[in-house]
Amino acid sequence: MNILLIIYAIFALFPLLWMVMISFKADTEVFTTTFIFNPTLSNYKEVLLRSDYVRYITDSLIVSGGAVLVSVIVGVPAAYALARYNFPRKEELAFQILSFKFAPEILVVLPLFMLYQKMGLYDSYIGLIWVYQLISLPLLIWVVRGYFEDISVEIEYAAQVDGYPWYQIFFKMLIPLIKPGLVSSALLAFIFSWNSFTFPLILASSKVYPVTVAITKYLGTDTARYGNLAVAATVSALPAIVFALFIQKHLVRGLSFGAVKG
Amino acid sequence: MQKDNLGIKKADLNKVPFKVRVRPYLIVAPSLIITIGIMVPFVMAIWYSFTNYSFQFPTHRFVGLDNWVNMLTSREFWNALTVSLLYGLFSTAIEILLGLGIALLLNSLNNWLSKVLRVLLVFPLMVAPVTATIVWQLMLNSSVGIVEKLFNIFGVYNFPWASAPGTALMTVVMIDVWINTSFVILLVLAGLQSLPKSPFESAKIDGGSAWFNFKNLTLPMLKPSLYIALLFRLMAALQEYAVIFALTKGGPGDTLMSLSLTSYQKGFKFQKFGSAISFILVLWLIINVMAKFIVKRQRFAQRQASGLEE
Repeated sequence: MNILLIIYAIFALFPLLWMVMISFKADTEVFTTTFIFNPTLSNYKEVLLRSDYVRYITDSLIVSGGAVLVSVIVGVPAAYALARYNFPRKEELAFQILSFKFAPEILVVLPLFMLYQKMGLYDSYIGLIWVYQLISLPLLIWVVRGYFEDISVEIEYAAQVDGYPWYQIFFKMLIPLIKPGLVSSALLAFIFSWNSFTFPLILASSKVYPVTVAITKYLGTDTARYGNLAVAATVSALPAIVFALFIQKHLVRGLSFGAVKG
Repeated sequence: MQKDNLGIKKADLNKVPFKVRVRPYLIVAPSLIITIGIMVPFVMAIWYSFTNYSFQFPTHRFVGLDNWVNMLTSREFWNALTVSLLYGLFSTAIEILLGLGIALLLNSLNNWLSKVLRVLLVFPLMVAPVTATIVWQLMLNSSVGIVEKLFNIFGVYNFPWASAPGTALMTVVMIDVWINTSFVILLVLAGLQSLPKSPFESAKIDGGSAWFNFKNLTLPMLKPSLYIALLFRLMAALQEYAVIFALTKGGPGDTLMSLSLTSYQKGFKFQKFGSAISFILVLWLIINVMAKFIVKRQRFAQRQASGLEE
């Protein structure tokens, strides 16, 4: 049984190891498929210091970070309302929000391309942050809603009886209680935004240039520079992997989307 | 009778002041307004599928069902539909089966290896599909690829991964499986962790075989999670764009021209916007119907599973 796991682990992890290895290989050694070589930082210097790659990373950070920030500000109250209040058509509304995640990206993006050009949002941070809400907001609302549902209503009653105003109950009591869910879903939303490709490919071109689109440039024009390509790939995957290690504990719970307990 | 946090019974709802009744809607409104931005272009899109709109010539006129008739009578459309469906079905089926198997293994083997792998196996999901595809390209490359060298040992040379019509679909499906099996593993692990302990304890006393326990206990209770995995994977795989785009841009020939890629190409390369929209609306329709069906099954399985719990 262990052996089956190991075989799958090799399939899942070897490509990442290989990517990192190539990123440290000099151009002369890239073509040898050996595991023993003289590691060099020349590819990293080339990509990070002598190209615009740092700018692309910054763009990705601004767009993904901005998207998650907006999602948290509007999504957490929405998740609370969907968890606590009983109101007509609540379940339909909750499903409607989730369904935005299933809309084909190309369908959204083709007409949005025209709309953005008319509104002056094409190739802008705000334009991308807005469309990224389709990735981050439904995810955040669904995960956080599950956490709110886990909190007993009784403690809210108790605080109400003690005369605390609603905003103190919400910010001082509820937010700390849902923190693990909020942090993990926000990081997940960040990762999925960071990895998004179709939206920036079509809705941005030069002023805003997230890494996922930038990396295809390395592929097209620079096919012989595998070392540089591997650096670009490694650096772009790094933030997500670091975050994944942070949220590991909550990830399994977060990804259940409240589905498991119904 | 259900109560909300204000302690109001559902039947008394009409006596509640209007101000209180609209409160939840007001709280949810900002999220809806932000995401509703998608509905505006969506309605526009339906309209444009009946016009000859092109980005080059901003004036357009109504052409009736022309785009739709042309699409349904073209070989291009049926090819794109087939590619999308094959890609969606193959990758989803493999990911669910493989993910279920690995998650069950991780859950049953409670040793150090399974604990370490629970952390590490998430990594592929964290790599952008575009990046993942590029890494695989490096590995499959016929001159510098490690996989090529591995195949050489077994006497296979220049295996045509993405460059031959016969193997291209298999290659993109393999990359999709590499990226997304982690997602299924995570979902199934979440499901396994929420299973009640008592039915398994009594099954242990009854001494049922492992297969019997899996079929009659684990699987029915795991169904809700599996349906969620199916929903998310199938929906995403049907509209997959990044992997195919980064690997072959739809080639060789039109082997990998899925509905998404065909639509993108029509819209931007050939400037036939109205026609591009009709292709992608078909995809939207398929996804919508499948999502509704799977959600219905999921809720049914959920109710059954909770019945089992009691």
